[in-house]
Amino acid sequence: MAAVQTTSERALNKVAIVGVLIATIIFLAPIYWIVSTSFKPRNLATTIPPTVLFEPEISPFVKLVLRRSQLREQPSPEEYAAAPWWERLVFDGGEKVVRDGQGNVQLSGYPSRFVNSLIVAIVSTVLAVGMGTITAYGFSRFKVKGEQDWLFFILSTRMLPPVVVAIPMFLMYRAVGLNDTHLGLIILYTAFNLSFSVWLMKGFIDEIPREYEEAALVDGYTRMEAFFKVVLPEAATGIAATAVFCFITAWNEYAFALIMTRRTAQTAPPFIPSQVGSGLPDWTVIASGTFLFLLPVAIFTFLLRNHLLRGMSFGAIRK
Amino acid sequence: MAHIELRNVSKSFGANTALKGLNLTVEDGQFFVLLGETGAGKTTTLRVVAGLEKPTEGTVLIDGVDVGSWGAAERDVALVLQQYSLYPRYTVRENLEFPLKSKIRRVEPAEIKERVDRVARTLRIEHLMDRKTDRLSGGEMQRVSIGRAIVRKPRVFLMDEPLSALDAKLREALRTELKNLQMNLGATFLFVTHDQVEAMSMGDRIGVLDRGRLVQVGTPSEIYARPKNTFVARAVGSPPMNLIHGAVRDGNAVAEAGFSLPIAAAASQDGRAVTFGVRPEDIRLDAEATAKGRVHDVENHGVEKIVTVAAGDALLRLTTPASHKLAIDDTIAFSWNPDKIILFDRGSGLNLAGA
Repeated sequence: MAAVQTTSERALNKVAIVGVLIATIIFLAPIYWIVSTSFKPRNLATTIPPTVLFEPEISPFVKLVLRRSQLREQPSPEEYAAAPWWERLVFDGGEKVVRDGQGNVQLSGYPSRFVNSLIVAIVSTVLAVGMGTITAYGFSRFKVKGEQDWLFFILSTRMLPPVVVAIPMFLMYRAVGLNDTHLGLIILYTAFNLSFSVWLMKGFIDEIPREYEEAALVDGYTRMEAFFKVVLPEAATGIAATAVFCFITAWNEYAFALIMTRRTAQTAPPFIPSQVGSGLPDWTVIASGTFLFLLPVAIFTFLLRNHLLRGMSFGAIRK
Repeated sequence: MAHIELRNVSKSFGANTALKGLNLTVEDGQFFVLLGETGAGKTTTLRVVAGLEKPTEGTVLIDGVDVGSWGAAERDVALVLQQYSLYPRYTVRENLEFPLKSKIRRVEPAEIKERVDRVARTLRIEHLMDRKTDRLSGGEMQRVSIGRAIVRKPRVFLMDEPLSALDAKLREALRTELKNLQMNLGATFLFVTHDQVEAMSMGDRIGVLDRGRLVQVGTPSEIYARPKNTFVARAVGSPPMNLIHGAVRDGNAVAEAGFSLPIAAAASQDGRAVTFGVRPEDIRLDAEATAKGRVHDVENHGVEKIVTVAAGDALLRLTTPASHKLAIDDTIAFSWNPDKIILFDRGSGLNLAGA
């Protein structure tokens, strides 16, 4: 950038800043909507015009994690007074907490779905990035017979919408007993992400001068040691960027999770909207479920933000 | 320290042939320079010796043992490259320790420290030890990568244009340093460069490579005085040797450019069309001489001037003391040292006296 800015440049800068500001607001608006709704009392969730100022509550989150049923009659004042604070919040919403025979509080389906999402997304990301990195290294450093054809084949797995193969996949999974299992979803998401991970990582590894590894080879290290000690640290930026993309894809996947899982291995995306249909929709609970669901990706991306920014520009300036 | 021998080594990459039937011997403790242009096969030769490339044909012997099936790690050679030779995420100390921490060496931690410190003193990089390598200047980087080679006490040092990326002053300083280092260590060096000044000033022996073939091997003075063909004549010397087309007649060199001067050698070549080779310092301005020319260009180098003389359609370069006053377009007369004229065959470019 020039050290001295002309008046027109300064004006242009201001216009640009305003533009960026507007874009930011547009992109953040749905997130604000979700976050604010997840703290609203139920009766304010669907007002028109929308309520902007309200006293935030955490009752939607309490309701999210507990199994509830409609109250037939109001609790007695003694019962109400004896209940812990979170149970009172449920009573206030005209519902009661469901307990089993021993009087233990029952959790809703959400916590286990959330844990399923974490397991499936993390394991499939680790697998896809790990295998992708090793494959990319092989393609980048060695003469592979038919290299271009192989790479095209790997990419071609992304060329049709995944849902196209949903029915045959479902039938195959049912035949081998992978329906509604963590392993089934992990295999599926790893396969989706692998081609992406191979291509992205190949770009990053191509940029690492092979002189580094060769120096390590001459210095008395094996190819494997050179890979782990020299190549991998250099590829950290690329690995971080690839991991974020793979994680987001696996975390947000909806269609296959809806088809392939029902209970034990169901992830959060198909579960959250399934709550809309039971009884009267409680939008505050749905919003709070969505809000919690956003957090892992936000945290993951935030932790890797430096790598990610470098990774993006790094990829962009490639020939 | 070791003796390297390449026997009939060829290497091709697909349809490209990088090396053709290379025979080369580097004696123990010798500073051997491979000189050649880009693409001549210098780097390929180094990589074949290091074990990073397998030759398509031929054998590589280190201390008389065929190392064809050995990996790079087992050959115990050190490689210094023009760039990218330091591990970017490590500090200088970690870079120097890296080769010693290899499993195949098993050096005790106390000894690692001692050896690293000794190398740091030798190369005067002690103040840089804790710095990350991306915070080093070009000269410091090359010092560290030379240090990483020395710290291992390898059998052979392989250097691939280690000074080319540096600026002129630093290059000159490191040139001297490297040569002293080699003599102090008594190490075997195989040094690759395209810079004939480096080759002349550092090499015990020079091998001139042209498109994958070794054209001539000899001491710097042999290569300078008796180039085997016109390629070597052009490759070595600055300014390069003058090459003049002409013929020998009655003990005189008759140049096609239109002048004639006596030569001492080769009465037997009478009448033959040849190329005369003469070094700039063997041509002198001589008012009594019969050969006439016009001053085309003068370069003042301090102690001497390099004068380009246009004689007919040929341009000759000669050196003269800087005190000599000359103006462009002056008409001058010149003669040469008849004993120092080299005759090359016009067609093949080979030195007719042999080399």
